[in-house]
Amino acid sequence: MKSFLKILPWLFLGLFATEIVVVLLPKPESKFHTAEFGRLPVLLNGRIQPFDSVARNSLLQIRSTGDVPLEEVPAWKFWQHPQKLKSTAWLLEVFFRSDVADTRPIFLIHHPDLISELKLGEKGIDKSGLRYYTFVELVPVLNEISEQGRKASSVEDAQRTTYQKQVLKLANAISLYQQLKNSIQPEGATNFVELITDYQAALPAGLAAARATQAGQKTDAVALRKLAILTQQFEIVAKYALPLTVPPIDPVNKDAWVNVGASLLHSVRDGAIQPAVSCFARIATAYRQDDVAGFNSAVAGYKNWLTPNFAREQAKGRAEFYFNQIKIFLHATIIYIFAFVLAGAALLTFAPAPQLSESLRRSAYYLIGLAFVVHTFGLIFRMVLEGRPPVTNLYSSAIFIGWGACGLGWVLERIYKIGLGSTVAGLAGFVTLLIAHNLALGGDTMEMLRAVLDTNFWLATHVVTVTLGYASTFVAGTLAMAYIILGIFTPLLSIKVGTDHDITLGNALTKMVYAIVCFATLFSFIGTVLGGIWADQSWGRFWGWDPKENGALLIVIWNSLILHARWGRLVGERGLMNLALFGNIVTAFSWFGVNMLGIGLHSYGFMDSAFKWLMLFNASQVLFILLGFLPLHRWKSFKNFTPKQSVRSN
Amino acid sequence: MLDRLAIFFTSLRLTVVLLALGLVLVFWGTMAQVQIGLYQAQNEFFRSFFIYWSPVDSGWRIPIFPGGYLIGGMLLANLVVYNLRFDQERKRNLGLIAIHIGVGLLLIGQLLTDVFSTESMLHLRNGETKNYSEASSHFELAVVDKTEATTDRVIAIPQDRLQRQEEIRQADLPFSIRVHTFYNNSTLAEKEQEGFTQINATAGIGAGAWWRELPREAEMDRRDMPSGIVELLTPQGSLGSYLVSAYLNQPQVVDFNGRRYELRLRLERFYKPFQLRLVEFRHDKYPGTDIPKNFSSRVRVQRPDTGEDREVLIYMNNPLRYDGDTYYQASFDQDNQGTVLQVVHNPSWLTPYFACILVGLGLLVQFLRHLFEFATKHNAS
Repeated sequence: MKSFLKILPWLFLGLFATEIVVVLLPKPESKFHTAEFGRLPVLLNGRIQPFDSVARNSLLQIRSTGDVPLEEVPAWKFWQHPQKLKSTAWLLEVFFRSDVADTRPIFLIHHPDLISELKLGEKGIDKSGLRYYTFVELVPVLNEISEQGRKASSVEDAQRTTYQKQVLKLANAISLYQQLKNSIQPEGATNFVELITDYQAALPAGLAAARATQAGQKTDAVALRKLAILTQQFEIVAKYALPLTVPPIDPVNKDAWVNVGASLLHSVRDGAIQPAVSCFARIATAYRQDDVAGFNSAVAGYKNWLTPNFAREQAKGRAEFYFNQIKIFLHATIIYIFAFVLAGAALLTFAPAPQLSESLRRSAYYLIGLAFVVHTFGLIFRMVLEGRPPVTNLYSSAIFIGWGACGLGWVLERIYKIGLGSTVAGLAGFVTLLIAHNLALGGDTMEMLRAVLDTNFWLATHVVTVTLGYASTFVAGTLAMAYIILGIFTPLLSIKVGTDHDITLGNALTKMVYAIVCFATLFSFIGTVLGGIWADQSWGRFWGWDPKENGALLIVIWNSLILHARWGRLVGERGLMNLALFGNIVTAFSWFGVNMLGIGLHSYGFMDSAFKWLMLFNASQVLFILLGFLPLHRWKSFKNFTPKQSVRSN
Repeated sequence: MLDRLAIFFTSLRLTVVLLALGLVLVFWGTMAQVQIGLYQAQNEFFRSFFIYWSPVDSGWRIPIFPGGYLIGGMLLANLVVYNLRFDQERKRNLGLIAIHIGVGLLLIGQLLTDVFSTESMLHLRNGETKNYSEASSHFELAVVDKTEATTDRVIAIPQDRLQRQEEIRQADLPFSIRVHTFYNNSTLAEKEQEGFTQINATAGIGAGAWWRELPREAEMDRRDMPSGIVELLTPQGSLGSYLVSAYLNQPQVVDFNGRRYELRLRLERFYKPFQLRLVEFRHDKYPGTDIPKNFSSRVRVQRPDTGEDREVLIYMNNPLRYDGDTYYQASFDQDNQGTVLQVVHNPSWLTPYFACILVGLGLLVQFLRHLFEFATKHNAS
């Protein structure tokens, strides 16, 4: 038993490390080389990205998931992995087999009024209370959706009702989907190669006829009409195509990507079809005709054509495809949850089964270390892909706060070997990655930065320090939460810990919170002042009382208030914890709340659906603070407390 | 007595109370921006000694909460007195002192900025040259002597004086100016309309038109449009009453004693000893999108007295600092053919930089000391 407890932590570590290794290993290619296609570079949102990112971000906006499940498995059978249509495979269908794509249940509607108004109650498939619809099912109500969407979009963002937001989201999803269907070839084309050959053949006669018309001479009306019909189809692609897929012929002007439609229309001038367009036509036709060998060789052909001039773009496509595939943050989240549970169990078994507790604590500690490594790997991978410092938008701030909090928790655990640091790290990692996951539903998380933010120097200094300030304030608040839970519901706080059993767990927690608050003050202050200097460089004033600036200032004020209250001995242990808990509210306001005000120079991260969650979070923190005010004899840890014996300590 | 005052000002309890008040103030002042806008919130909450509450229709102003200046001032007093006493009684702690001096500098710097800095705008079309910038909302009555062909002589009367609606005498002018009516915000109409009154001017453009006073603008992106009636008085009698208004694009022209004068109500101007010419404004976007990548203005600085003549590029996060002013890329014309530069004159702009260095060093010293202490203790145990 004893030796089992000794190797248990290593077993856990080995298990999860193996899982990560398996995740990182390259995956086998499918019959159609969809992965090869998914790696091909395109230009969208101002940046080079692989087809797979286009697919994934579109699916996230339409369906709120990165893949399309092909069968429904009840949620309780979690061990059964349903067959899935991966993002790129789905995109191929949308591009080239829209008849099939139209029957995939991808449109998420969960507003009951919207479902009943569109009379969709009988249709769609239900999964855990969410309803998904196919495009075919929505066809009869398309007009109504776009009409309602138009009405909703005329209402100002902040004033929209949930219904209006839903209908607008649905209308946007449908228009995104229809754009995708016309992104490479005209929707429904069965043989794109033939279409282009016809076009090339029709060009000379058609153009001659057009010139004749202009000159007022007799024209060949048949040739003219034939060309016009073809051009009309390409015009649709030129107008609606979402990603720019055809790289520039002139390699000097690297940004001049166009879409297939525009490129074909351009060919009117000299009749020459761009090699990239021909490649896409072959890919499209082979896929459409279920010709595996043809598809694979066409994709390989396009790849070879790209290599001489677009090697960098290809490398970017490959790297980002890999990053999409490994879903590294999802795997980090899983480890965080496990580590949190193990560390919590270690705390609870501390008194009754010290040996088991130590084994569990060690397991959690190792897993947090592993999760931190995985998290760091993901963070750095993203930085390399973007060529940016870690924090560029709300999404990446969540990733980074989680990373910072996890690192701090791990260090705390190294110093105080009681499982608390791991608990905090596990919880913070899990919650922040969950928040990040939800923020990613808005679309591309590696979007380009608006002009004023386009500066790696300030992003690397001000943004990183201020975000570390947020992270450490949250860690202090989470430790305070642990203090109150453990103190009221368990006798643990009065247990002696430390190498010489010289201090109680309560004292140790107090020291941790105090140290973290010092750390938080350092970072939030420096970060805020650096922000002021950036503002002086870009707007001409050090401080302008803008909401986001004020939010950062609130954190600085609050942290220094905690420190001064502590130095002046105005608060004891519990007071310190309650102050630290309130720090959570202050930080949450600064991180998310100010964006919801929708005013000010910094309001680039506006969001409203999070408001409910912010309020819930604040309410929970207030509840904890109220619990913190319970008289000490109600605390299980301080049952034997008599007023003489002070729990204040330094 | 002095001792008790000193004890009061050294107490950490006072610090904590002030910080708590500061927290409430900053939060309140941030939320208030949703209703009253950034500018007014700044004045009411942060650049004031008290926040006032006016019961509806009473005309009273009841102070209900300390404002930014009061809290900041008290904090400053608190930390100054604390550090002075601290020196005598306890061992010197360089880190802490550096932090406190830095924080004090930040507070003082903000006050200096409030008092001494001025902001104005410089709007240039491609190829245009100007030797002045304009206030963003403050107007002035410019009386321009146009008699000489080569030089204009300008006498400008600021909006604050016009507001007092009194008689203004200037030694350089052969007439005095009596302000009959002055509206800080107004609207004009050619014909009679509900709520409008006829403009009581006797000469020039706008005599006989209609006008109406409007409440002052609270929105950030809109500005007041003032109008007024001024009468020009000479010892020989009146030269007539004229309408002056932000709406008028042409000046009122008055001839007197063989000299020609023009009256114009215009945005207050700040003249420079040099001129700026916009060579090119650029609005770069990311490929295939409308996301702005960069805004930049290539301007030519020409200074006759020193013969200086050079081109500079002003772009995001890279302003031009010149002659005590700083020029920032602030905005641009819809057609991308013109730029708006924000011009900031702030003599104390360096204080936060010093403050930042001091506090940074101080915090670092403190932090390292704690870390060192902790490490030794931890190792010992």
